[in-house]
Amino acid sequence: MEGNIAIGEGAIAAGAKFYAGYPITPSSEIAEHASVSLPKIGGTYIQMEDEIGSIAAVIGASMAGAKAYTATSGPGVSLMNENIGLACMVEAPCVIINVQRVGPSTGLATKPAQGDFLQARWGAHGDHAIIALAPASVQECFDLTVKAFNFAERFRAPVFVLSDGIIGKMHETVFIPDCEEIKIENRKPATCEPREFKSYEYDDDLVPPFAPFGGIRISKANGSGHGLDGYPDNSPENYDLLARRLVDKIENCKEEICLHKAYYCEDAEILIIAYGSSARSGLAAAELARREGLKAGLLQLQTLWPFPGHLVGKYSEKAEKIIVPELSLGQLKSEIEKHVNNIPVIGVNRINGLSLPPGEIIKALCCRGICG
Amino acid sequence: MTRKTGEMFLKRELLPFFWCSGCGNGIIMGCIFRAMEESGLSRENTVVVTGIGCWGKADDYFTTHAFHGTHGRALAVATGIKSANPSLDVIALVGDGDGATIGGNHLIHAARRNADITVIMSNNNNYGMTGGQYSGTTPFGAITSTSRYGHAEDEFDVSELVKTAGAGYVAKGTIANPLQLQKFIEKAFQKRNGFRFVEAMNICPTYYGKNNKTGNAPEMIEKLRKNTVEIKTARAAEPHELKGKIIVGEYADKEVDGFIKRYKEIQKKASVVSRK
Repeated sequence: MEGNIAIGEGAIAAGAKFYAGYPITPSSEIAEHASVSLPKIGGTYIQMEDEIGSIAAVIGASMAGAKAYTATSGPGVSLMNENIGLACMVEAPCVIINVQRVGPSTGLATKPAQGDFLQARWGAHGDHAIIALAPASVQECFDLTVKAFNFAERFRAPVFVLSDGIIGKMHETVFIPDCEEIKIENRKPATCEPREFKSYEYDDDLVPPFAPFGGIRISKANGSGHGLDGYPDNSPENYDLLARRLVDKIENCKEEICLHKAYYCEDAEILIIAYGSSARSGLAAAELARREGLKAGLLQLQTLWPFPGHLVGKYSEKAEKIIVPELSLGQLKSEIEKHVNNIPVIGVNRINGLSLPPGEIIKALCCRGICG
Repeated sequence: MTRKTGEMFLKRELLPFFWCSGCGNGIIMGCIFRAMEESGLSRENTVVVTGIGCWGKADDYFTTHAFHGTHGRALAVATGIKSANPSLDVIALVGDGDGATIGGNHLIHAARRNADITVIMSNNNNYGMTGGQYSGTTPFGAITSTSRYGHAEDEFDVSELVKTAGAGYVAKGTIANPLQLQKFIEKAFQKRNGFRFVEAMNICPTYYGKNNKTGNAPEMIEKLRKNTVEIKTARAAEPHELKGKIIVGEYADKEVDGFIKRYKEIQKKASVVSRK
């Protein structure tokens, strides 16, 4: 199965019923898959006039109670960003799949990249928190898409799946479990007296129970500063509480959200940290290095945001060097550097639309005198 | 027969309206509330969707479900809501800036696909919320905060545009004739399918009126009233007689399936294919 199709299958398995999108390479197969799969199960595929309308329709569908998603690439995310902030603010669970390609601008339209790492975090204006997951195999395309929907539902927040052109177009064998074996989470429903319902009255986990449009609990979604009832409240005190809650509901659960895989890390003196397609190159490089007697390991980040600084700290305890291969000019590296002290962090970067061969990572080690 | 006020849809505790004195938005609100009751809409089954602008604040005064989103995107949000739960009555309230300028692309495509929503546009010919700058419906030569020497561009007729795009129902009224405006809104609510668009020609005494020396609110309303031509009269008139006039009436009134009905057919076809 192709990576993009595995993402589509993951969405259906997670319970998605609504897709709105605008075609863009290298993500279009996800739209095509949705257009075939959703109407079969009573769901809706709608091709909107642009990506701005797509994410807006996704948010609307979500507030009416549907699990909703969209897929695009970097240029589409650039257009969606204002409304991704809206999704954070109205607390609309939704999944945004970005199959990254080379930018900026039209860049290399069909070629893979990992240059949207920081865009995913800070694309929408203003302080906010975001969750982003990154698959490195076709199996993970399926598994992490299910996870993305689960996190979106649990935290009532937009969640990115940050794939790339290599993972999206790659074919691998996938194991899809029976539906009853897949763990599905649904947003927590409001159960209070309808008359007492307030749209943004939250529980101890800082997440408000959900009441869909059309229910007996009258629901008000508001992208502007609002109080617990959803009505405007622009006082400094209220806005401070609101904006901090939207961040804290995610950041407080960082350890649970931060998924990862560690390969040969127990005694690793050379720690490679990577995600997505670059993690595959990183794993091959670690195995090659091990054959040469070097203690190399790979920390594969499956969750990119909230950034797993605690994992970087933990796995780099014994490391003498950290190598960060990525299809960007050091976006991931810059984030890692914030979480380590006195360990050199070396980037291996490509931005020309080609993948990173493991040899390039090894070569980078050797050039810097690590291979002796 | 008792007159229906639509009071159950008004969030009374938030009165007075936040709009400037003399603004016609309150008149449009009254028309909507009454039309909602006349058409048998319910609080629980109705969602009011807004974007940003003076008219974008309108959702606060409804006791129904409401979504207050981003500038220009109300129709896309409304399309998503309706698709996810087709049994809902979805009403989008947009201004001329929100609906026809920044949101123009969504407007023509929602009309083309006949998204099953009702749109009520308050058209006051400028951006009131940000201080009276020109919008897509500001006439040629008009003075605004960003066209101090007169506006260089032409306006467009939004109702004509929406009709051409394929909407099932399109009507234009003015705040100078609330009874007629309410009738159009009622008809829009009572049609169950397709894209329904009612343009309410409004006034903005605070900015547009002051900038163009068109007088105070009552004078502006009187000018608006005098400046209208019924669509039936307009059809028989020479083009030069209609220059600068507001043509009120039903621009389109046709039976259309609407997106939801069409897509239900797609769902049927798809489920047959998957059973085979």
